[in-house]
Amino acid sequence: MTGADIVDLSRLQFALTAMYHFLFVPLTLGMSLLLAIMETVYVMTGREIWRDMVRFWGKLFGINFAMGVATGITMEFQFGTNWSYYSHYVGDIFGVPLAIEGMMAFFLESTFVGLFFFGWNRLSRLGHLIVTWLVAIGSNLSALWILVANGWMQYPAGAHFNFETMRMELDSFSSVLFNPVAQAKFVHTVSAGYVTGAMFVLAISSWYLLKGRHIEFARRSFIVAASFGLASCLSVVVLGDESGYTVSEHQKMKLAAIEAMWETEPAPASFTAVGLPDVAARTTHYAVKIPWLMGLIGTRSVDRVIPGIEELVERARHRIEDGLIAYRGLVRLRQDRTDTEARKMLEEHQGDLGYALLLKRHIADPLQATEADIAKAADDTIPNVGALFWSFRAMAGLGFFFVLLFGLSFWFASRRQFDRRWLLRIAVLSLPLPWIAAEMGWFVAEHGRQPWTIDGVLPTFLSASDLAPSQLLFSLAGFVLFYSVLAIIDVTLMTKYARLGPVRSLGIDHEAGAAGGAK
Amino acid sequence: METLLDYGTLRVLWWGLLGVLLIGFAVTDGYDLGTAILLPVVSRTDLERRVVLNSIGPVWDGNQVWLILGAGAIFAAFPPIYAVAFSGFYIAMLMVLASLILRPVGFDFRNKIDNAAWRRVWDCALFIGGFVPAVVFGVAFGNLLQGVPFTFDEDLRVSYQGGFLDLLNPFAVTTGLLSAAMLTAHGAGWLIVKTDGVIQHRARRALLIAALLAILLFAVTGYWTWTGVQGYQFLSVPVVDGPSNPMLKEVGRSAGVWFANFARNPWMMAAPVMAFAGMGLAILFNAARRDLPVLLASGIGVAGVVATAGLGMFPFLMPSSLDPRASLTAWDATSSHTTLFLMLVAGCIFLPVILAYTAFVLRVLRGKVTGDYIENNSHTLY
Repeated sequence: MTGADIVDLSRLQFALTAMYHFLFVPLTLGMSLLLAIMETVYVMTGREIWRDMVRFWGKLFGINFAMGVATGITMEFQFGTNWSYYSHYVGDIFGVPLAIEGMMAFFLESTFVGLFFFGWNRLSRLGHLIVTWLVAIGSNLSALWILVANGWMQYPAGAHFNFETMRMELDSFSSVLFNPVAQAKFVHTVSAGYVTGAMFVLAISSWYLLKGRHIEFARRSFIVAASFGLASCLSVVVLGDESGYTVSEHQKMKLAAIEAMWETEPAPASFTAVGLPDVAARTTHYAVKIPWLMGLIGTRSVDRVIPGIEELVERARHRIEDGLIAYRGLVRLRQDRTDTEARKMLEEHQGDLGYALLLKRHIADPLQATEADIAKAADDTIPNVGALFWSFRAMAGLGFFFVLLFGLSFWFASRRQFDRRWLLRIAVLSLPLPWIAAEMGWFVAEHGRQPWTIDGVLPTFLSASDLAPSQLLFSLAGFVLFYSVLAIIDVTLMTKYARLGPVRSLGIDHEAGAAGGAK
Repeated sequence: METLLDYGTLRVLWWGLLGVLLIGFAVTDGYDLGTAILLPVVSRTDLERRVVLNSIGPVWDGNQVWLILGAGAIFAAFPPIYAVAFSGFYIAMLMVLASLILRPVGFDFRNKIDNAAWRRVWDCALFIGGFVPAVVFGVAFGNLLQGVPFTFDEDLRVSYQGGFLDLLNPFAVTTGLLSAAMLTAHGAGWLIVKTDGVIQHRARRALLIAALLAILLFAVTGYWTWTGVQGYQFLSVPVVDGPSNPMLKEVGRSAGVWFANFARNPWMMAAPVMAFAGMGLAILFNAARRDLPVLLASGIGVAGVVATAGLGMFPFLMPSSLDPRASLTAWDATSSHTTLFLMLVAGCIFLPVILAYTAFVLRVLRGKVTGDYIENNSHTLY
């Protein structure tokens, strides 16, 4: 059995490296599409300034892209290095979208990104435009497959347990691919990436406008970012609602934790706008409630009930007891694989086998579990309510702020009013906010999945590799050190090139007249 | 699920496809790892360094995806191997990972600041990023040939006994050097094609030395495997379509067994012949100044070395020295029938497409990288 310290260190390392990786991913998603849009304008109008925009923003994109690629390899490796039992237990299903991502998306993106940077003089205008679109399509397809894999962790449809191989095996690829959770997450996540890319361009363009530098360049970039950003953040909010609806369908505990909803309320449930969740007392103090709203979002009806945490714990207790029947069947099948009664026990109750495995955290042999052990394991199914409650609110609040900011930016830009200095200042200061929202979003999605790696199937504490603590401390320290140095370099280079501006970083001068303040 | 192919056939096909992916990685990413290893040898000034780096600039990223894809394919098609190899070789994997992280950032960041010390740091990082993976992959193969200390409990949870330093035994270090030598030769072949002048001249010398070393080390490794390494073989009758549970068989060890496949199937001798002939021909074409054939020959040599190891071990993929019956083989370390079939279909669709656009990109970027070209495009190149 893997020690608790190993599991915690493995989780910490995965969380740090994943959240670090996701600093770069959304910008790649958004920027690749923005570059493709700008280059399309260039090819259609033939105006050089649009090509320079693609090349300048492409330079910043390149710095970010390198970091995204570099930190993405870590994610793939870590399933094997740190979560080896997970890899064994669900690789048959989970590995499929990852491998297809490599074949269909990552290869495309990585092969053509070289031509994007190096092919300007070797391809026709249209040829280069196609290359840029292929990079954007590759990035977005990459996100699709990764979120199909992640969606399956949240809602593991289309698979069954095979006792002879002691793992989950694939039944239906279409259930994995068209998993409603994965689909909702994909559109929500890529839209969030587009918002990030748009905010990046909007903030830096606003800074140029405030400084009176590269005016023609900045105005055009501002318009593109404002319109693309507005469409994207509307999509994030609308699709975030879709995401909320699928969560309420498939991950009831996560939803109840996000809402700090301890007791089941009569339908339609009220929405707690703010409050202080108290985990020990299992209540939320000073809750400000909006009647009906939660029921409407979560069930899209006025009569369906959303279960509260207490009720879900009770359901978990039943599922543990049910899962023990499957577990007893499994143990008997190991002795005699022809035992048809045992096979029936396992097959009929295998949907709850994962719940029986939760007991292993408290007792080595689940079949010896007492009522107290079962109650403890059922309580384990409650995620960290306070953290989820607040990070969800931070994310959703930022989402509405983005709609407002991009809405105003679009309004003024469409009337050619680029002199609203208060708006430009807010846009500059808002630069880090999409990253905060995106990290909060992932925190809600993944921390809210606890105590499971695969919801209802495989508990997190069983998934980790049996490593020595020294190995983990070494790797964790290494990642923190290495990644910190890279982060400093990344920010330094980004700032350097943003400050240099398009004229000096591209070594061009024909824009100098129009740019006025450019040196 | 009903599929067109039975489980045993699919397993052999996937074993072959894994070989194709590993060879794809060794041949494509191999030349840019080798080029990075040669960076301090063939280039002295900053401009020369930039010529070398830009010769692989547009392609290294795509090439590296062979490795990512290889890992992804192992995850999907051989989950037990993914679980055991990655966690068992923990520190070695992290070293490879750190090296691979240095490459994208090294290529992109080096030219972004015009400062000699800054660029020296990234030259060093890029050398490490080429050298360390080249050696570690060779060391890994050396350990696979000898067997690795792991076993499974009744839940098929792996326990791995042994640390990082155990991996660095004399035999594995020799295979590590073989890997570095052959990829260096292959990288030299690339530079001979893509550069001219003094860099090409230095690359020619490097090719001669590295290819001779590769031939020598391949011969030494082969002799050592014959005399000093105990191979693994089935003692029970292999069940080719049974469940993927490695604990259901009996396996024994004895010397010289890794050569049994070549005796049984003489066509397999093509692999070691390719290894020797590829490296030998690279030397001859180099002497005759036939540049493109040098690169093709070194590529064949690299493919031959990887294929020799894979064919010799078949059906074993990752033998266990601690508990030989726990050894992972093509018959009991794969995904389910459904997944293997699905992944085969995906591979048949996408691999030809990948090869086609990789060839297209190489064609667009054909021609030599020169100092003038770098200076005229200084802001867009590495």
